Order: sequence, then structure tokens, then C-alpha cells
Amino acid sequence: MSILIDKDTKVLCQGFTGAQATLHSEQALDYGTRLVGGVTPNKGGQTHLGLPVFNTMREAVEATAADASVIYVPAPFCKDSILEAAHSGVKLVVCITEGIPTLDMLQCKLVCDRLGVRLIGPNCPGVITPGECKIGIMPGDIHLPGKVGIVSRSGTLTYEAVKQTSDFGFGQSSCVGIGGDPIPGSSFIDILGLFQADPGTEAIVMVGEIGGSAEEEAARFIKQHVTKPVVSYIAGVTAPAGKRMGHAGAIISGGKGTAAEKFAALEAAGVRTVRSLADIGKAIAEVTGW
Amino acid sequence: MNLHEYQAKQLFAEYGLPVSKGVVADSAAAAVEAASLIGGEQWVVKAQVHAGGRGKAGGVKLVRSKAEIEQFAQQWLGKRLVTYQTDADGQPVNQILIENCTDIDRELYLGAVVDRASQRVVFMASSEGGVEIEKVAERSPEKILQAIIDPLVGAQPYQAREIAFQLGLNDKQVKQFTDLFVRLSRLFHECDLALLEINPLVITQQGDLHCLDAKINIDGNALYRQPKLKALHDPSQEDAREREAAAWELNYVALEGNIGCMVNGAGLAMGTMDIIKHHGGNPANFLDVGGGATKERVSAAFKLILSDEKVKAVLINIFGGIVRCDLIAEGVIGAVEEVGVKIPVVVRLEGNNARLGAQILADSGLNIIAAQSLTDAAQQVVKAAERQP
Repeated sequence: MSILIDKDTKVLCQGFTGAQATLHSEQALDYGTRLVGGVTPNKGGQTHLGLPVFNTMREAVEATAADASVIYVPAPFCKDSILEAAHSGVKLVVCITEGIPTLDMLQCKLVCDRLGVRLIGPNCPGVITPGECKIGIMPGDIHLPGKVGIVSRSGTLTYEAVKQTSDFGFGQSSCVGIGGDPIPGSSFIDILGLFQADPGTEAIVMVGEIGGSAEEEAARFIKQHVTKPVVSYIAGVTAPAGKRMGHAGAIISGGKGTAAEKFAALEAAGVRTVRSLADIGKAIAEVTGW
Repeated sequence: MNLHEYQAKQLFAEYGLPVSKGVVADSAAAAVEAASLIGGEQWVVKAQVHAGGRGKAGGVKLVRSKAEIEQFAQQWLGKRLVTYQTDADGQPVNQILIENCTDIDRELYLGAVVDRASQRVVFMASSEGGVEIEKVAERSPEKILQAIIDPLVGAQPYQAREIAFQLGLNDKQVKQFTDLFVRLSRLFHECDLALLEINPLVITQQGDLHCLDAKINIDGNALYRQPKLKALHDPSQEDAREREAAAWELNYVALEGNIGCMVNGAGLAMGTMDIIKHHGGNPANFLDVGGGATKERVSAAFKLILSDEKVKAVLINIFGGIVRCDLIAEGVIGAVEEVGVKIPVVVRLEGNNARLGAQILADSGLNIIAAQSLTDAAQQVVKAAERQP
């Protein structure tokens, strides 16, 4: 079992004929993802990677009955692409692009929520259900089908958690990168809720970082609603206040959003935290007894 | 991106907001001339830096003569102002703002931010102006009044009235506050702001609302569509190495320690700093080389790390997702040869072609330690740094 996507998920790619989209679509196809076509305005009717290109998302969804869309268009056009996808009939929109203006995201998030569309990202590696479907830019070969659900604000830290859970032989049910922006389409809570409800997920890894209060909100949610064991790592113990650490959302401002606060909140909620990111796999072994 | 106070006030003036008559000057002579231009017998002179706490640090002064203005300008121009918000070196003062004096009856606070928890632009007002809003929020949260802006509808006058009446403003002031609020919200949205603060927003002795200070931070992601604001960028207010990094599209933040870090991915870069600390070392920097770690970028990153004289050892931590580790290894070797690195370099490669990458490093004959794991890498680099004189 898995969350969000599986072997039957039919995926469209927005910005399909661009260089990034082409590279990652080829890899998705190699992985076995059911990519059914893509959208590039004014290139409708062409064929790309052996798949049909459409002018609009509405047309593409009508022709393919796709369930999900992945967005690789440049940041200035992402609001338009997200809103187009949200109104096209797909239920899942994964936006990989980094650098979308925050005020654009406030509107996108609101519209997606009203339409009941699940938005993942932006500024994220995407979503993968190992062995079934890969939507995004993560390296497929480090994954192993299994029973740990992984959710993270960082791409490369997700890969670390994936590699460790693969090395221990536990594997992953699904891995979701919610992205490093201040206004993500989906929060930790959204994904934790899905993992809790998924019978295929037996333990959860949550990788957070400094900035905002998403981890504290997640801690409250875990205490009330999550019965599965959760292991968590928070990046940025050594980050100075007031400095943006690469991700738009990774900043301690007004003394709030420190790693120490987040660790404390998670520990109070019964989450097993690790101070070294190399200890994630080991901690999963310890809390589950596997 | 931060604006200087004088830039923020020019923007305020364009939006019809009440600001003092002011002139910015970059020399003592220009400052004195500015005072003549403004007129009157009293002025406020303010050092222009990207940091708060200027008043307490002596960077803001009420002056009653042109001699005093000249003295203030000579004291600060070309010097660095250290406040509780800056580091020990402070920020360079290249301009001072000269303003006419405002007679203050009451000080209020008005600010707006993109609130991450509610995912809305939120305005905050308080009857406690002139002090840090974070302190008010801690001490007496009930004194902070909020208005949450609907992203699709925008700010409405009733939201301003709700706040204004609670602040105890009179008829005239309620009207002024409503006008101010709606204009500020327009400014916030049209200019893609991340943060806006008027602290203090004062009521003058004539009973009018007046923006005595102005702080603006613009969403860096939106600068592509704000060319006029982008042109106001003042690189002198940034760390020299951070500026150099930006030119290479590298994310770099200087820290206090002695172990240089080069990592792909922002999260992993933070995680690498943390694991160094966890094993008893101290990171010298945050550095994300990004996904496309080419030889040129790796060597630019190396030069940047080594330009920090505190650095005694370097840890390179790469999780090759799409990028191939053998190419990174070649980039590292090329950079080490080109730059002439004399201190120990520990490299941990993981992911795509990691083994091949490690082999290339081992065969290079250079002083590069190939680590077996992340923990091994952290321990090795901490040891290596300790051994350095």
C-alpha cells in the first residue's frame, strides 16, 4: 500500500517539452511511472518521448483521464500552471519548481483547497511510491518498496532518510517532499494523516528544518492522531538567527522557528528524535523492534 | 531583500502615506545642505543601515544646529554601525537621512507579514509603539490586534475600523487609519512584500497619524517582476563572501567555526553543519552548491570557503541524486589542483556512481580523505581540523 500515488496513477507533465521536464520524464518512464502525456502550449498534436503533447490541461485530462500532474515550468509561470491543473480535473498536483513568489502561493493554496485538489510542493523533489510510481526528481534506485513513510521539507535530506531505511531493509511505502518554501501546498499534518490511514505504512520518518512552526503543529497532530511510531530529525541546530539557509522558508525570525523548539515539541509528543541525521535508520529499528 | 528606511519612505510617499519631509545625503556637506532644503530649526538625522536598534547604538539623533549635523555625518559616514541586530562588525553607513522633526503625542505599532501558520497576509497593530513587537507578543499578546487579509478579496476598510476603534483613535484618526491600512495593503501586494513595519506609527501633537519609521522586506522570489525595487538593492549591506557566492548562484552563509562545508542541497547543507557540531567540531559556513555541481562551481565554492582564514579543514558532502558522483570527484580534483588547497579535505560521496567517484579521488594522489559514511566523514573532518596548527 501507499499514499497519493501507485502503479495505476496516470500522470501528465506540464512544461513537458522543456529540458528539465524531458530529463525527469525519461527517468520516470524508465522507473515505470504511467506517464500518459504532457502539456506545452502551442505544441499540441506533437509527440514527445513517444507520448502525446496537448495545448491545455483540460484537453489533456479529457484525452487521457489522468489523475495527477507534475509541473516543471519556470517560476514566473507556475501560478498559472498550478491553477490550470487545479481546474482541469486532476486531483493531485506536484510542483517541483523553486522560486515561486509567496503571494502567488497564497492564492494557489486557497484555490486548491477550495477545489479539493492536493498540491505538493513547490520547491520539492516530488512524490514516490517505490516500485510503482515516481513523480519528481528523486533518484529512483535508492528506494526500496517497504513499510516506512517518509515526509520532508528537504530533497537531499529525504534521500538520506530513504537510503538509510533501504540499507536496513525496511523500505518505503511512499516518500513525500513537501518542499522548502514558507507556504507549501501540503503540510506535514496533511501527509502524516495520510500515512496514519495507510495500512501499508508501519512507521513514519519526518524530516523538518528551522523556520515557521510546521513541526510544532505536526507535533500536536501526532500526539492526538498518530499511533504509528514516528522518528524525526530537524536540520539547522547550528543555523544563525535571521539568515535564510538556502530554502526560502528556512529562517529563524524574531527568535522563532529554532531547531531546539521543534525538537522539544516533537519529544513532548512522544516522537523519537535524532540529533545526527545519520541515525534515522537506526532509530526506526529501535522504535519498531524490526 | 531589505530596503533602507529612506527607500521605504520614498515608496510610502508614492502610495500617498504620511512620511516626514526628508533628504538622504552621502557626505557631510550634502547633509548640511539637506537641512537648509528641509528648513526649520530642528532635524532628526538617521544612519541608513539594514538593521534595527539604531537609536540605542547612537545612529539616530535629534539635532538643533547644522554644526551638529556635520558632526553626526562625519562621525558615521564611511564607518560601521553596530546594533543588537548586527554582528560584531556592524553594517557600513553610506548614507544618512535628514528629516524634519515630528512632535509626538502617542506611539503605535503597525506591521504586516506573510503569516506561515494561517497562510495569509496578516496585519498587526498595537498601542505599544517604539518597542519590539516580539517583546509585546511575549509579554502581553492581548495588546496585539490582527487583521487577516483574504488573498482573493484583499484588505477591507471594516478591518481597519475594527483595529482603529480598539486603539482608541478619534473620528479623524479612524478615517486616517483606514486610508493608511488600505494603501499599505495595496503596497504590500503590488510590491510583493514579505514584511512591512511602521514602528512607531505616531499620532502627532496636531492629532494626525504619521509614519515615523518604515521597514520593508521584499520577497526575493518576486524580484523578477519588481525591476524598480530590485534596482534599490544595496550590496554593501551584505557579507562580502555572501555577495561573491550570489554571483555564482551559490547559497553561502558565513558562520563562526573552522570547518568549511560544501554540500548539495540546502537541507543536507544544514544537516552537515549539525553533524559536525554533533561530533564536537564547528562549521565555518553553510554552502549549497545546488544540483548542477560543475567543476567551475565546485572551484568557485572552494575559493569562497578558503577565503575564510579561520578554515582549517573542508568537508565535501554530496548525495548524488541526478548528478553523477564521478563527475563531482573530477570537479573536486580539478578545483583542488587549480586552487592549491593546503588543508585537509574530507569527501563523502553517496548515490549515483559513488564508488567510482571515491576511486577517482583515491587514485588522484592528492591530500583528499575519502570517507566511508556520513558519520565517518564528520568524525574525520573534526579530527583533521583539530590536528591543524
